[in-house]
Amino acid sequence: MELAKKVVTIKNLEYEYPDGTSALKGINLDIFEGESVALIGLNGAGKSTLLLHLNGILQSDEGDVEVLGMKVAENIREIRGKVGVVFQDPDDQLFMPTVFDDVAFGPINMGFSEEKVKEKVRMALERVNMSGHEKRAPHHMSLGEKKRVSIATVLSMEPEILILDEPTSNVDPRARRNLIELLNGLDITKIMATHDLELVSETCDRAIVMFEGKIAANGDVEEVLTDSKLLESHGLEAPVLVRLFRDVMNREYIPIRLEDVIEKPNKYKI
Amino acid sequence: MKHDFIDKYAELESIIHRLDPRIKIISFFCFILLVISTSPTKFLNFLLYFLLIFGVILVSKVPLSFVFKRSMVIIPFVLLIAIFIPFLKEGEIAGSYSFASLHLTVTYDGLIILFNVLSKSWLSVLSMLALASTTKFPELLKGFEKLGMPRVMVMIISFMYRYVFVLGDEVMRMKCARDARSFGGNSKWHIKTIGNIIGMLFIRTYERGERVYVAMVSRGFIGKIKILGDLQVKKLDLCFMLAFITFLTIIWTVL
Ligand SMILES: Nc1ncnc2c1ncn2[C@@H]1O[C@H](COP(=O)(O)OP(=O)(O)OP(=O)(O)O)[C@@H](O)[C@H]1O
Ligand SMILES: [Mg+2]
Repeated sequence: MELAKKVVTIKNLEYEYPDGTSALKGINLDIFEGESVALIGLNGAGKSTLLLHLNGILQSDEGDVEVLGMKVAENIREIRGKVGVVFQDPDDQLFMPTVFDDVAFGPINMGFSEEKVKEKVRMALERVNMSGHEKRAPHHMSLGEKKRVSIATVLSMEPEILILDEPTSNVDPRARRNLIELLNGLDITKIMATHDLELVSETCDRAIVMFEGKIAANGDVEEVLTDSKLLESHGLEAPVLVRLFRDVMNREYIPIRLEDVIEKPNKYKI
Repeated sequence: MKHDFIDKYAELESIIHRLDPRIKIISFFCFILLVISTSPTKFLNFLLYFLLIFGVILVSKVPLSFVFKRSMVIIPFVLLIAIFIPFLKEGEIAGSYSFASLHLTVTYDGLIILFNVLSKSWLSVLSMLALASTTKFPELLKGFEKLGMPRVMVMIISFMYRYVFVLGDEVMRMKCARDARSFGGNSKWHIKTIGNIIGMLFIRTYERGERVYVAMVSRGFIGKIKILGDLQVKKLDLCFMLAFITFLTIIWTVL
C-alpha cells in the first residue's frame, strides 16, 4: 500500500467561508490509491468542507489540492468525472424523478452514448443491489434504498475516488450492514466523513481525526481507534469494544472489530 | 414517508397503464377537445362520451370509487360559477319562485347551459383523472417533453414533483415540533408560529436548493439537463389511439 500511487495531495489548505467562518486551517494530507480513509471529528470540525475541496466545489486560494495528479482548479470537468461524491442526505443526492434518470445523470453529462449510459446504469444498480428499481421514484423508497441508489448515482460514472459524507447516518441496522458490505465490496479509493466509528473500524484502513479545521491525528485505524486519550481529547469516544478491553479488562491487545475477537480468541485471551 | 396523492394507482398493471404516455396524452386531450365542442343539447353524445371514458377506467382497474370521488372535487367550483346562469339567462321560463320581494325565474336555456358546463367539466376531469392515475408522473413528464413541451418547463415541474414530498415532510416535522411544545395558547400566538414555520420553510428550501445544486454540479452538471427518452410507440399504443379516436369521431359526427 505504501508504494501505491498518490491520488490525493493536499498542501497547506486553508478555507474560509464567505461569512468569515474559518473552516480549514492548514491541512496537509496524502491519500494513496486503493486506500479507504475515514475522516472523523466533532460537528463543525471541517470534514465536509475538506471533502468539498476534493472535487472543486469549494476552492481556496490558500494551498494546493491535487487529485489524480491534476490540479483541481484547472481540471474541474475531468475531476468531477473521476471523483464521485455521495452527499449525506439522499434527498439532495437524488433530484431526478426516477432512479434511472438519477443514475444516468452523471454518465449523460459526461457525454456517453445512449447505449453506454444504459449499460453503466445497469451495472451501477447491480452493484448496489438495486436492479429492477429503475422506474421507482425516490419518495417511494426507504432511506436504506435511497442511500444505495445515491451510491449508484456516482458509481455509474465509474469514479476512481469515492467520497462519502456520513454514509450511515439515520439508517437502520440492516441497511447499515448492507452499506458496509457494499462499501467493502468496492475496490476503489474511498474517503468518508463519519461519526460512526464502528463503520470506520469495519471499512477503513486509515483514520484521520479532524479538530477545529486541522488534522489532529492521522494513522492506521487500529492505532487511532484504540487511542482513547487522543479520541477523548478531541471530543470523540473510543468504541465500546476498545473501552472494554482497555479500560475494564486492561488487556495488552485491543481489538477494534468484533470479528477480530471471534477469529483470534487466543490472541485476545477470550 | 410515503406519498401518492399525485399519481395514486399509477403503479397498477393494465393495458391502459402500459400504453405510451404520449398516446394517452393525445387521446385524452382529443377527448376533452371534442367534449367541449359538442353542442349542449346532444344529450346522447354526452352519455356516450361518459360510457367511453367509463370503459377506459374500468379496463384500467383503477377503483371506480376513487375516480368518482376525486372527480367530484371540481363540482363545487363549477357550481359556484354556473349556479346563477339559470336565473339570469332569458328565455322560456321553467319555473319561478318568489321569496319576499325577491322574484326569481329559471329558464330552460339557462338550465341547459348549466348542464352543459357541469357535464363538460366533469367529463374533462374524468379523462384527466384517467390519464393521471394510469401514468406514472415521470412518464407523463417524458410524454409531454416528447410532445414538444420546453425542456425547462419539464424540468421545473419534475423538480417540483420530486421535492413537493420532501417539503411536505419538512412541514409535517415542523408542525409536530410546534404541536409538541404548544399547550393551548391563544390564536395570535398560533398565527405567529405559523408565520415562523413558513419563514423557516423558505430558508430550508433555499438551503436545500443550494445543496441539490452542489450535488448536481458534482455529477458534471453544466447548466443543461439531458435525459434519455426511451419511449417507444408499440402496436398496442397505436391500436388504442386509433380505436379511441374513432369512437370519438363516431360519437361526434354521426350522432
Ligand atoms: N455554507 C457555510 N457557510 C458558512 N459556514 C459554514 C458553511 N458550511 C459550514 N460552515 C462552517 O464551517 C465549519 C466546518 O463545517 P463542516 O460542515 O465542514 O463540518 P463537519 O466536520 O462536516 O461537521 P458535521 O459533522 O456536523 O457534518 C463549521 O464551523 C461550520 O459552521
Ligand atoms: Mg459534515
